[in-house]
Amino acid sequence: MKQLIRLFASVFIAAFALMYVTSYLNSSQGYSGGNTLTIYNWGDYIDPELIAAFEEETGIKVIYQTFDSNEAMMTKIEQGGTTFDISVPSEYAISKMKEDNLLLPIDHSKLPNLTHIDERFMNLSFDPNNEYSIPYFWGTVGIVYNAELLDGKAPTSWNDLWDPALKNQILLVDGAREVIGFGLNSLHYSLNDTDEAHLQEAKSKLAALTPNIKAIVGDEIKMLLANEEAAVGVVWSGDASEIMGENEKLDYVVPEEGSNLWFDNMVIPKTARNIEGAYAFMNFMLDPEHAAQNAEYVGYSTPNKDALALLPEDISGDERFYPSPELTEKLEVYDNLGKKMLAHYNELFLEFKMHRK
Amino acid sequence: MAVRSRNFYLVPYLLWIALFVIAPIVLIVYYSFFDVEGNFTFDNYAKFFTPVYLRMTLNSFWYALLITFFSLLVAYPTAYLLTKTKHKQLWLLLIILPSWINLLLKTYAFIGLFGTYGFTNAVLDTLGFGRHQILFTDFSFVFVSVYIFIPFMVLPIFNALEEMNPTLIYAARDLGASGWTTFRRVVFPLTISGVTSGCQAVFIPALSLFMITRLIAGNRVITLGTAIEQHFLVTQDWGMGATIAVFLIIAMAVTMLFTGNREVRTKR
Repeated sequence: MKQLIRLFASVFIAAFALMYVTSYLNSSQGYSGGNTLTIYNWGDYIDPELIAAFEEETGIKVIYQTFDSNEAMMTKIEQGGTTFDISVPSEYAISKMKEDNLLLPIDHSKLPNLTHIDERFMNLSFDPNNEYSIPYFWGTVGIVYNAELLDGKAPTSWNDLWDPALKNQILLVDGAREVIGFGLNSLHYSLNDTDEAHLQEAKSKLAALTPNIKAIVGDEIKMLLANEEAAVGVVWSGDASEIMGENEKLDYVVPEEGSNLWFDNMVIPKTARNIEGAYAFMNFMLDPEHAAQNAEYVGYSTPNKDALALLPEDISGDERFYPSPELTEKLEVYDNLGKKMLAHYNELFLEFKMHRK
Repeated sequence: MAVRSRNFYLVPYLLWIALFVIAPIVLIVYYSFFDVEGNFTFDNYAKFFTPVYLRMTLNSFWYALLITFFSLLVAYPTAYLLTKTKHKQLWLLLIILPSWINLLLKTYAFIGLFGTYGFTNAVLDTLGFGRHQILFTDFSFVFVSVYIFIPFMVLPIFNALEEMNPTLIYAARDLGASGWTTFRRVVFPLTISGVTSGCQAVFIPALSLFMITRLIAGNRVITLGTAIEQHFLVTQDWGMGATIAVFLIIAMAVTMLFTGNREVRTKR
């Protein structure tokens, strides 16, 4: 009994001592309530030099945390354990977070650099008048292919994936909306289609793709494609530019039937404490020079028109990542389909994955 | 006083059981009665008995059975030979050592080993067999799973063999039993408890494998574990995920009961 109490007591003493040490260390490094900014962003999605430059310019200490899926990020913000001042969700996640009251409205007058953003990327369906979000990066979903392994053939449309010559050569990204979406696109339906007959049609069309599919994987797809494990992959444009940087034989195409156009926007979650700091950071990132530096580092497409002008011609003129207006017309943004429809999409995707060769 | 202090020592244990065993199970059962929009429903259970999920269940059991079978096939002779070696503790340590390394790391290593331009294919190629697809096949899935589970199978069997009284073997041989008969009638029945606990330690986690199904089998093998992961992390259909979990718990309880009884019988 006595021993047990002694044990508990020593655990408590140790815990308090550690708490004191951390708070001392934090304050000695300048980490205290008022002048820190907690950013919650996708992994590898910012030029670290920009964070250092921001800290130097404003004297605000940045705490940078990363997530790897919108769902994981939303769950963490919903629980509210950590105070994130800025996050960067994708468009459908933004409309969902809006519905769930997880976001704070954004005062545009505090963001003078907002004028640098291309009008095309403002006032979109997921966030009318950009009341809650400011564009960060955008991109597409398309096909990465290895021309050498395909004997010089180059796919240009989704329907090219069904070519019997591609037997066991395709890697797909493990995402229900992406896969069901290109199934719908290949039939010239909208990728936000909720018509049951169209969805079933897409499902049976995708079932016919099974012999060509080598695997359905997550982030490993980048490594597998760069290692020439397969000739073709369906990926996000940003991943494509990263893979192409590693293996020069690879090329990227946005299929002619149309595809997904996605956005990652900066938001201020409900959990934010340093709201002034959040505005300062957003404005800093909207500055054309900083945006250009970031776009060059990350490899995704910037929505900042003045930053685009600063980028070298071989980046800004690249139609694979800054598609022509005609193709852009055919690109669609994911609508928030609601939990029920999303569950149905996932159900169809699960059935698709269960097809055996 | 003695009784009271003994009860006092029970408190942490009971707290632990209540908080980390009973409460989660109750929560899972509770969640399984709600649909995506948070309405009370039995639909999840009805959905489980549709062909999609039944086939998935069958798949999971089949692969778990294969994994357990091959683990046993490798582990029993290994454990048997281990008991005959000079430095058995050292050898045992070497077999257990890989389980200290993170599972994800080991799985990633296999992607490199089994890839089209990986080590295994390079060896096959130089031997004149040509390159084959190894990654993303049933073979690679079962192979990697067996590799990961082998320590859990070897350990209980090794312990059972160690506990066995060696004089029983001498007695059997003295009474004229052949080597094979001795093994079949004396050694194996006496170590059956080790075999069953090894099988439990492999079969039950194998039922709900999920990460390996994506990394090594490229989602060509879909198990109940994969479905649970997707329902909780992607669809946010916690109800359906919880329902599958309920069935897994039932399946595990049945497995324990089934294998547990045999153990009692042989002990008599």
